[in-house]
Amino acid sequence: MAVTLDQTIAQKQHTLLTRVFASQTFWVVIAVILACLFLSVATDSFATTKNLYNITRNITFVAIVALGMTFVIITGGIDLSVGSVLCLCSMVLAVTMHAGYGIEIGIAAAIATALIIGAFNGILIAYLGFPPFVVTLGMLSIARSLAMVASNNTVVFQFGPDHDKLLALGGGAFVFGIANPVLYMIVLALITGFVLRWTKFGRHIFAIGGNEHAATLTGVPVRQIKVAVYMISALAAGLAGIVQTGWLGAVTTNLGNGMELQVIAATVIGGANLAGGMGTAFGAVVGAALIEVIRNSLGLLGINAFWQGVFIGGAILMAVLFDRLRNFRRNE
Amino acid sequence: MSVLELANISKHFGAIQAVNDVSLSIEAGQVVGLMGDNGAGKSTLVKMIAGNFRPSHGTMQMDGKELILHKPVEARQHGIEIVHQDLALCNNLTAAANVYLGRELRRGVGPFRILDYAAMYKRAGQIFAVLKSETRPRDLVKQMSGGQRQAVAIARTMLSQAKIVLMDEPTAAISVRQVAEVLNLIRHLRDQGIAVVLISHRMPDVFDVADRVIVMRRGRKVADKTIASSSPEEVTGLITGAIEQV
Repeated sequence: MAVTLDQTIAQKQHTLLTRVFASQTFWVVIAVILACLFLSVATDSFATTKNLYNITRNITFVAIVALGMTFVIITGGIDLSVGSVLCLCSMVLAVTMHAGYGIEIGIAAAIATALIIGAFNGILIAYLGFPPFVVTLGMLSIARSLAMVASNNTVVFQFGPDHDKLLALGGGAFVFGIANPVLYMIVLALITGFVLRWTKFGRHIFAIGGNEHAATLTGVPVRQIKVAVYMISALAAGLAGIVQTGWLGAVTTNLGNGMELQVIAATVIGGANLAGGMGTAFGAVVGAALIEVIRNSLGLLGINAFWQGVFIGGAILMAVLFDRLRNFRRNE
Repeated sequence: MSVLELANISKHFGAIQAVNDVSLSIEAGQVVGLMGDNGAGKSTLVKMIAGNFRPSHGTMQMDGKELILHKPVEARQHGIEIVHQDLALCNNLTAAANVYLGRELRRGVGPFRILDYAAMYKRAGQIFAVLKSETRPRDLVKQMSGGQRQAVAIARTMLSQAKIVLMDEPTAAISVRQVAEVLNLIRHLRDQGIAVVLISHRMPDVFDVADRVIVMRRGRKVADKTIASSSPEEVTGLITGAIEQV
């Protein structure tokens, strides 16, 4: 039977299965599952309710920030300020509540802080043409410094009249004994995934990362979208800061120090491409999970904690290696 | 009646005069070849019509009404479509996503609207069929041949009722067979009453498909005549400056 043009056009090149096997995220999921199975057999302490509760909760802070970072990285940008923004937002929340205001006002102030910082980053990058690396590096320094100014570099652990509400928000488990931060992470991941796949905004983010010039020429509002993605990234850091404050019950100006690197590592392990144009919400969460499982397992297996960096660094390189190998094969 | 009319259009970037006092009019259903050497001002002129740049001096009229464009979207709203030289494609997106880039179809109610993948795949597939191109709407552009990429860029101009299509070097980097296809497509657009401006370096293409040729040199229009009354030799002379002006 002759193949008509219509049939050719209607044909799908990839089935669902080939796409799954071709995705970096899939292999990272396999790695996480294998690691968990191995640890369940090799140690008595891994597959305990308490340890799993801890792991899932620890994943969340990096994962929530990584969700925001995913937007920025898909556009081909980078946000190095997230760790400091997380700290500043935590501190704004803590100081506001310590001063006697309610939790609603505290959270509103923290979110407003995040959005202002994100807008500041975004406007410098999108409208004044600053390189994202430089702007957010500057903000990394500025935000942490402001957190020190706000708290006079002290530890805040009393949150005024709504003290207990805040601790319940971050440390409690409202549904089925699942830690609250995990619930927030799941909800935010679903929202992120939806926005990236099903909205015009999400489509335009990928377009900017793929070919910014083309996006501009076809009438995509590139500048506004860039400002928006940096605001989303800062907002994610702010939300993580609020939840983490409630979980820890105390804020120091050290909070989130160096977190930007963990977050970027999580997104890259999860399949985001720092050159832009690629990334998923699921990947960001899975990447954060792999890092946390590695961290947790080293402790359980009795390996010196100094080795942590080697294993996490190795995971980053392995994840990207898979991607490179696939590209080599395609090019040949 | 002319679809598009430019009157004394100039554009300078600082001290550089890219386009200098150019007037021209383009009729419906006419293919106009716009020729000139690199740096003659062709692309700048096109970018002004496309809404990427605003003219420093002069006015543009469309269907007798003054045309002022602040951004590319506005040009599109007036029925001006552009096929850019670099095609302006995103390699990480599918063919259909590229066709609909900047004007995605959505379904839903009010602010709750999601991308309508099915409709975009379907319509893009129909356009590729009209173009007789073996381009599949779901394929990623990064895996495509030069001709397929061209088809994606051209398919964009067929989404809406275009009055004028500007093509910047559409035949520069594709195979001989694909060139013939692109020229056929240009005729197809013309037969629908669309005015096509073909910017090209390739003399055979222009003389094959165009009704009129406009030659630019150093930002000025040096010739504007029918293909029948010109010759490749004359146009070459005009481009290089061997012939001053006609």
